[in-house]
Amino acid sequence: MSKPILIVEDLTVYYYTLKGIVRAVEEASLKAYSSDLVALVGESGSGKSTLGYALLNLVPPPGRIVKGRVIVNGVDVLSLRGDELRKARGSLISMVFQDPFTTLDPVRRVGDQILEVLLEHGVPLEEARERVVEVIRAVGLPERMARAYPHQLSGGQRQRISIAAAIALKPRVLVADEPTTALDVIVQKQIMDLLDDVRKTTGMAIILITHDIALAAERATKIAVMYAGKIVEYGPKDKVIGDPLHPYTKALLKSVPDIESREWPRPIPGTPPDLRKPPSGCRFHPRCPLAMDICKRKSPNIVEVEPHHYVSCWLYEGGEASG
Amino acid sequence: MGLLRYIAVRAMLIVPTVLILYTLVFIVLRILPGDPVLAVLGTKNIPPEQLEQIRHNLGLDKPYIVQYFEYLWNVLHGDFGTSMVISGRSITADLLERLPATVELAIAGLIVSLAIGITTGFIAATKRDTKLDLGLRVFGSVTYTLFIPWLGLMFQLIFAVWLRWLPASGRIDPDVGLETVTGFYILDSIITGNMEAFRSALSHMILPALTLGLVLSGPYTRLVRTNLVKALESNYVLAYHARGVRGSRILLHAFRNALIPVVTYAGLQFALLLGGAVLTETTFDWPGIGTYLVEKVSYRDYPAIQAVVIVFAFFVGVISLIVDLIYALLDPRIRY
Ligand SMILES: Nc1ncnc2c1ncn2[C@@H]1O[C@H](COP(=O)(O)OP(=O)(O)O)[C@@H](O)[C@H]1O
Ligand code: SF4
Ligand SMILES: [Mg+2]
Repeated sequence: MSKPILIVEDLTVYYYTLKGIVRAVEEASLKAYSSDLVALVGESGSGKSTLGYALLNLVPPPGRIVKGRVIVNGVDVLSLRGDELRKARGSLISMVFQDPFTTLDPVRRVGDQILEVLLEHGVPLEEARERVVEVIRAVGLPERMARAYPHQLSGGQRQRISIAAAIALKPRVLVADEPTTALDVIVQKQIMDLLDDVRKTTGMAIILITHDIALAAERATKIAVMYAGKIVEYGPKDKVIGDPLHPYTKALLKSVPDIESREWPRPIPGTPPDLRKPPSGCRFHPRCPLAMDICKRKSPNIVEVEPHHYVSCWLYEGGEASG
Repeated sequence: MGLLRYIAVRAMLIVPTVLILYTLVFIVLRILPGDPVLAVLGTKNIPPEQLEQIRHNLGLDKPYIVQYFEYLWNVLHGDFGTSMVISGRSITADLLERLPATVELAIAGLIVSLAIGITTGFIAATKRDTKLDLGLRVFGSVTYTLFIPWLGLMFQLIFAVWLRWLPASGRIDPDVGLETVTGFYILDSIITGNMEAFRSALSHMILPALTLGLVLSGPYTRLVRTNLVKALESNYVLAYHARGVRGSRILLHAFRNALIPVVTYAGLQFALLLGGAVLTETTFDWPGIGTYLVEKVSYRDYPAIQAVVIVFAFFVGVISLIVDLIYALLDPRIRY
């Protein structure tokens, strides 16, 4: 295989709030290759968005990236400063957000907002103008929509504009944080089709953040499952969905309705932990039906159980479990 | 067109506002003890027949309802009547002379308050939660509670009496021989190219405008700060960052969003601004509508007082309509 386009190593992000340190992302690692669609799934509050921001070195205060590395196309994003960092955003790695109703500036024409991205990265005006038209067409909107204000567009159209602004400079990685959650089902499908189309035609890797494991199962090439700030399982889609290893992944898959198996969805008992005081050892142990003694004491490492399939669970870390 | 229709409807709404205020002031003036005749002549021993004669000449013996509609009728024909105190003096002429002075002061005060409020609010928001932020917010709240005549007096003491930098009162040095065109002295001195008059008008304007502007700046500080902080925390700012837009440009975009509510507030506060101008005028002996009103109230000069109220109400209505239109220009979401 060629070289990964995105390498994340040991990424750790904490929020230093007045009420304590929120350990939102703990030692997350993953890789993505050109045209990958990596779905980052997990319950709300598990640290998915925080991880997404950290990929752009854009964690809002009081959050701070404590350690780790993010390499995009060979560039170490977390070591960039000032104007270099700014220019990496948008051209190397970019992001679209959940709520298309608030992520565009309400008082500026959407075309100007796309144009600005190009100009801010040094594209000459004439060329930038042409590129705005191109990219608006590429996201499936008529050219004249460049002159619209956000409030004149539907949610789906706004999300297309947000995507256009994010990919105008053809970044290598696009982080999409719940890009369809605020939209109705038909529009959701259209937006996901668009993202699929974008990654296939440009080779862009997409990190799709979602709480919807069914959506991940349908669209992703790889899936990373997050629980309480940690990536607990990571691997090719078919492995993670077809042969899940981690008890949390299994529970997550049983918690969604499955038409074929005709089984009732079974919600996961218990509640996600407070990340200011995460449980000791394996963070899932208070809710895990298979929890063992060691799970409470020591945190399992993430290990490659079979090629490209990683799991963080004592059940698969035989050697150390006995020690 | 939607916009023209909106303007028409809003303009029509000014009429009932003016009517209600006229009615109120008409009633209040008649209920309050004293009338123009007594106010001018005092308690001198005047034969009752003569008093009756004077009242008759002034039309005060007519039924209230007749007085009410007669005056209204005249106003509708552009005639605000003549003074009941200085016989024969046209109130329309008085207003034309006094109104520009007040409007000029109000505009200068507004500019000063916006300049102070927006600057301090901007700094407070960008340096939020620092000592500077706290200091500016305290400054904004304290200045708002200051009493205009007291602050004016302090300024007069410091800048006019001690430092002798600026004149203590008045609107212009009469010796400069300004030829009036619009009645706005600063504008007139520029139009006629009279530099000496310009300097004089400007130096007379500084202290009153500073007094008025400082006291009214507090709410702008708070409003700009709150809105800019909110804008800087909004999702579109995060999205701008994610797309690699420069921080200084993002600040500008956020600032524009934050200024929209400020325009609305400025419009809503126009009545307050005029009220402040009136207080400032009496402090600085400024020959505007405020000092005029104070004079006329003490003499119970009915038509003059009514005229001032009608003109003020009309003004506030027109200004708030203009502010609404500016608001629509700034915010594309607003369509009428
Ligand atoms: N600005 C913030 N300040 C403090 N805590 C935060 C902040 N943003 C997120 N968190 C906390 O970090 C954890 C992860 O949040 P988030 O990344 O938004 O999760 P997800 O996207 O999976 O729902 C949560 O416990 C959340 O409460
Ligand atoms: S490490 Fe233990 S508690 Fe955690 S998921 Fe595996 S078995 Fe369950
Ligand atoms: Mg989220």
